[in-house]
Amino acid sequence: MLEIKNLHVSVEGKKILKGLNLSVRAGEVHSIMGPNGSGKSTLASVLAGREGYEIEQGAVLYQGRDLLEMDPEERACEGVFLAFQYPVEIPGVGSIQFLTAALNAIRTHRGLEELDALEALQLFKEKIKALQVSDDLLHRSVNEGFSGGEKKKNEIFQMAVLEPTLAILDETDSGLDIDALRVVAEGVNALRSPERGFLVITHYQRLLDYIVPDYVHVLMGGRIVRSGGKELALHLEEQGYAWAGNKDPAEAAAT
Amino acid sequence: MATTKVKNEQLAGYLEQYKSLENGAGGPEWLRPVREAAKQRWSALGFPTARDEDWKFTNLAPLAKRSFSRAEGGAPVTLDDLAPFVFRGQESARLVFVNGRYVPELSDSCAQPGGVLACSLKDSLELQPELVKLHLAKHLDYEGDFFAALNTAFLEDGGFVYVPDRVTVERPVHLIYASTETSSPAVTHPRNLIVVGEAAEGAVVEEYVSLGGNEYFTNAMTEIVAGAGSVLEHYRVQRESRAAFNIGTVRVQQARSSHVACHGVQLGGALVRNNVHPVLAGAGADCLINGVFLPSGSQHMDNFMLVEHASPHCGSRQFYNGVLNEKSSGVFSGRIIVHKDAQKTDAKQTNRNLLLSDDANMDSKPQLEIYADDVKCTHGATIGQLDDDEIFYLRSRGVPEQTARTLLLFGFAAENLERMRQQPIREYVESLITDWLPHGEILKKLR
Repeated sequence: MLEIKNLHVSVEGKKILKGLNLSVRAGEVHSIMGPNGSGKSTLASVLAGREGYEIEQGAVLYQGRDLLEMDPEERACEGVFLAFQYPVEIPGVGSIQFLTAALNAIRTHRGLEELDALEALQLFKEKIKALQVSDDLLHRSVNEGFSGGEKKKNEIFQMAVLEPTLAILDETDSGLDIDALRVVAEGVNALRSPERGFLVITHYQRLLDYIVPDYVHVLMGGRIVRSGGKELALHLEEQGYAWAGNKDPAEAAAT
Repeated sequence: MATTKVKNEQLAGYLEQYKSLENGAGGPEWLRPVREAAKQRWSALGFPTARDEDWKFTNLAPLAKRSFSRAEGGAPVTLDDLAPFVFRGQESARLVFVNGRYVPELSDSCAQPGGVLACSLKDSLELQPELVKLHLAKHLDYEGDFFAALNTAFLEDGGFVYVPDRVTVERPVHLIYASTETSSPAVTHPRNLIVVGEAAEGAVVEEYVSLGGNEYFTNAMTEIVAGAGSVLEHYRVQRESRAAFNIGTVRVQQARSSHVACHGVQLGGALVRNNVHPVLAGAGADCLINGVFLPSGSQHMDNFMLVEHASPHCGSRQFYNGVLNEKSSGVFSGRIIVHKDAQKTDAKQTNRNLLLSDDANMDSKPQLEIYADDVKCTHGATIGQLDDDEIFYLRSRGVPEQTARTLLLFGFAAENLERMRQQPIREYVESLITDWLPHGEILKKLR
């Protein structure tokens, strides 16, 4: 479903991604781990279509199509969803209004009928209830005055409503208390299905106790330096990223 | 330097009109010397120029060099014509003025004996002569303000609202000033007096609209007297024609512990000056100045706020947001004067502006004059474009770019609308803004 080939990306002349390769098939959960500054958020932003990133080399195919050619809203309509690391506050824009606009844009794109205001509200209430999040969030401006945890829950709630095909979570777990972490994990696990793929970007192994990945990749210096199964995350937790960065652990031990 | 000759030319028409009004006669005897004094002042002051610090960003030449005649009757107006402006069933009284003249047939005045009064100023001179005499022209600065002096010299009619002590009027009193087509460009000088008694509460909406009028000049002044512990919500909705001149002043005199909100919505007019001038005269008084201005085309809108803290423990909050499109220009001057005795003043001022085009221009100028030592004053102004991160966030959820921009623009104005406590008015203003937005129709589907 997602094929990233030799991706080189720079921001304001600075090379961030330096030949990243990654392949996600439908039904898989991939976790990308890495230290700060390794390029994790750049990868998430490039996949979602944020401006300001220069693609120097490489390609990203999503369901066989060139993802990088698509506008952000087209990517969303095609099923790509990014749970932001830092969701923005948008005063004055009501959550219901915003989410109705998003949902109906996506439904229209998929050839489904638009929902009217009441149907949409009913859907939102069902989804938010299933996540055990207070529906108070619905009646406020988008993220305005939300706590860190509320913002992240709101991202997961939006994901539940929009039912993406490829969901990218950019450090959604950072700074979350255990209750919020469970909400995030349950939100993801509820959506896991043979048709969907997940890219879970995280700094810590903790989230992966709740969202068990099929594959774990270590991103360092703009490239994936190691890949493995879920046990790789545990190993990283014990050994630290320095270990993963060494091409040959035996060589590292010798010096 | 404006020569005497230029000044005389600019004022000739007004002097002529003043003469034709028997030099200020008409109405009660006590009003005559007031009119005469005001006339002396405007004829001495002349139109302000850019050299006047308070008029630095607004060129009044297009207004000054144009001649206007006193408005005659104009085309008849029916209630149906007013339908788009009337909150039917949502108002406690309605006063309609066509080309500056009160039209009783279109109005629904309120005159409870000894109670709430909402009527024309002319009628109030008979119904509450003492009260009117006590307050009329006592607060507006016709000594130093040319337009206040002009209005006072030509003072004839307008709206009068009186809420007696300890009385609450929940639904707003609605004043509609409609301008119709006239044979030559007309000038009107609406004059409103709003008196809210001790511990009384009320709401007043002033609305300025065009019903076929194109080029005309509205010089509207409002004096508000808020008694101790009173609460007033005041709205000015300005929807003049795109070729009209609108100079408007709201002068508020606030007694102890009163709370007054002055909301402004500026949509129409070629050249607009919006003055709001509360004086927090009694301890613990509090005012909110809140508004949006939305110029486009070549409209110019100058918002001039002057808040005077004259007593201790008073609070003032100013929130003005501007959205400027095409070649329009805007001004926000926020002057806060904290007088010597006004300790524990808490004054806040925020002016945010969005420029939708490279040709739009905005000047924002805070001015703090503080003569007390224990005060808290903050101000902030921004001029910019829509936030890229916000646009991206919405687009990343599937919202098309045009819709995202429209949602954000509306949200920008909506912040101010949320402070408007009168729901029917807030909803009315919401729909006006939706209609104004470049792709506002998108929002209607999302309600």
